[in-house]
Amino acid sequence: MTLGKVVGTVWATRKDEQLVGLKLQIVQEVDLDYTLKDHFVVAVDSVGAGVGEIVLFTQGSSARQTALTRNKPIDAVITAIVDKLDVPARALALESAAVKA
Amino acid sequence: MNLARVIGNVWATRKDAGLNGHRMLFIQPLNFSGEETGAPRVALDTVDAGRGDVVIYVSSTEATVPFQPRLTPTDATIVGIVERIDHRDKSWKTV
Repeated sequence: MTLGKVVGTVWATRKDEQLVGLKLQIVQEVDLDYTLKDHFVVAVDSVGAGVGEIVLFTQGSSARQTALTRNKPIDAVITAIVDKLDVPARALALESAAVKA
Repeated sequence: MNLARVIGNVWATRKDAGLNGHRMLFIQPLNFSGEETGAPRVALDTVDAGRGDVVIYVSSTEATVPFQPRLTPTDATIVGIVERIDHRDKSWKTV
């Protein structure tokens, strides 16, 4: 799963009938310090995530492994809303990189 | 399968029902010399790995195989803890 931030919502009236009723969010990948990366996906929301929330999303055929997305034409799904990260070694690495820079 | 080091934890209360009861860990993918490669990602754990462990993980749909027939929306799953790599050019221990 990949760390991302919900940055928008997609509206589409004409779509595959298996997508009717699903909420489509724009998710932007982020680093461990929540810096935005230059990569976006449209993901089905299975957890009720709102714009601005940090989430985990699953891509590829694994995205069809939820009750909501099973057997549907979907390759990205938001699977969790992140409460907290604890990655101490990486935080240190980022700090030391900042000092070097 | 690929190598990675466990670098941290992530907590999420609101999540898909298929993720309930599974530990989620942040992993940093490694190449076969033990150097970091690519961006960190989150993997489910089946072997009680801890921070600092070098692990083998499966990605893609195969990451869901350990949990079948239950629906589990994961694209990376830790399936082993590595003790040692024997390699023609660069063998290394993980602890």
